[in-house]
Amino acid sequence: MTQDFLLSLAQAIAKGLLTGMVYGLMALGLSVIFGVMRVVNFAHGEMMVVGMYIAWAAFEYGGVNPLYSLPVVALLFFAIGYVLQRGLIQPFINRPEHQQFLLLLAIATIVVNLCLVFAGPDSRSIQLESQFDSYELGPLVFDAVRVHAAAAAVVIASLLFLFFTRTRIGKAIRAAADNHMGALVVGLDVRKLYAITFGVGAACVGAAGALMITIIPVTPFLAAEYTLLAFVIVIVGGLGSMTGALLGGLLIGVSEAVAGLLLEPSLKSMFSFGLLIVVLLLRPQGLLGRKDSR
Amino acid sequence: MSAPLLQVEGLDLYYGDAQALSGVSIEIAAGEVVAIVGANGAGKSSLIRAIHGIEKPVAGHVRFDGADITGWPSHRVCETGVGHVAEGRQVFPNLSVLENLEMGATLKRARAAETATLDRVFGLFPRLAERRRQAAGTLSGGEQQMLAIGRCLMGQPRLIMFDEPSLGLAPAIVQEMFRIVRRLNEEGLTVLLVEQNVMASLKIAHRGYVLENGRIELSGTGSDLLSNDLVRKAYLGL
Repeated sequence: MTQDFLLSLAQAIAKGLLTGMVYGLMALGLSVIFGVMRVVNFAHGEMMVVGMYIAWAAFEYGGVNPLYSLPVVALLFFAIGYVLQRGLIQPFINRPEHQQFLLLLAIATIVVNLCLVFAGPDSRSIQLESQFDSYELGPLVFDAVRVHAAAAAVVIASLLFLFFTRTRIGKAIRAAADNHMGALVVGLDVRKLYAITFGVGAACVGAAGALMITIIPVTPFLAAEYTLLAFVIVIVGGLGSMTGALLGGLLIGVSEAVAGLLLEPSLKSMFSFGLLIVVLLLRPQGLLGRKDSR
Repeated sequence: MSAPLLQVEGLDLYYGDAQALSGVSIEIAAGEVVAIVGANGAGKSSLIRAIHGIEKPVAGHVRFDGADITGWPSHRVCETGVGHVAEGRQVFPNLSVLENLEMGATLKRARAAETATLDRVFGLFPRLAERRRQAAGTLSGGEQQMLAIGRCLMGQPRLIMFDEPSLGLAPAIVQEMFRIVRRLNEEGLTVLLVEQNVMASLKIAHRGYVLENGRIELSGTGSDLLSNDLVRKAYLGL
């Protein structure tokens, strides 16, 4: 009995870690955008859902595995994010926060409605051939689709890390985030860097959407839930910390899976939000956040 | 005096309703050190920021090397060869010293010679070479000022505008800063120096302007201004 329970607990944790990597990738997008521009992307979950739909459509109508449509989705989202920032968000960058909030909320609502128009309210899912494959590690069994999604998320997060530490543009984005006046003084084109940042953040969440559709079905109403979830993850992990977003994703993934095991799946959010409250009480800056962060 | 490298003509700048600059005109010839002195809030930093395009003037012109750069975005102004060492140093605290310097060389005009310029900057400030891997935020105030100057040099400027380079530094370091400014000028850089340290800056300046309440009230050679009664009373306490 106890042994059975421990095994299913370990199984749930493993499953949570895998899903959590994809959550982490999603939250990374939010974290990058906020960390650099101090703009909170209230349309984040909506973007995630659009990424899911595009990958779903590519599979449904073209038979393309989401793992292969992912690079295209990411590129497309980069372009959308870049244009969105240049055209709509940049004019709001120095406006009061409530105006930014309303702008992004408006975008979010429009996106959800567009999803309803084009895809309808029913949930859509894809059946990959690898759906029923699994990998075994000792007594533990891992769903192949989850393993693939998590592995892809790790690869993308690593690429992102290399982008920010090794490329000139990545370093310039960190510089602009670090000291806006300093960036102007040395002659960085901050507006362009912001647009690239929003593009990169959007590409992350689009890619996360393409991975998520292999794990769970999509409906337009998932959007608000994901926006909230991305916030919870970023705040638990620490605002502006990339590693924090990934760690937060893993924690939330595990807490959801464990809650699903101990209580029932529909109550999985209880644990994540409980975790959020505990972190806010004990460590307001988040697990890996800096105390001095603005 | 030859044709000015930098020419500012009738510049008006507002922050909301408050006028920061009114009808400011200055000129700097290539190879000169020009000091702008004045009390806190006289508009010295505003003038530098307006020249750089960080603040947008509502009237007047800024010409650099013959081109009218009024209202250009700051990154384009930098591309023309205008360098800016800002008040408060404005280094990137979480980036390493080396990354900070690299950011200075992001300008197109500076890319090709980046490695050579880096050697020159490390030659000028050996301390930066020692600390190249360290986060800039962990440096002392004086070291950060060296980094700010080095970062600006990485962009291969023809004119450097220094905004209060000695502010908040220990006296020994302040002396060092003025030595560096003079040395850079001797190596061919044109310098615009904004300072609260009136005595020291007018001593190394060829010419100077006195800015009061956003207006140029006086101008002259450094030594003329140092012996001017108004300057002596108002700024030197003599």
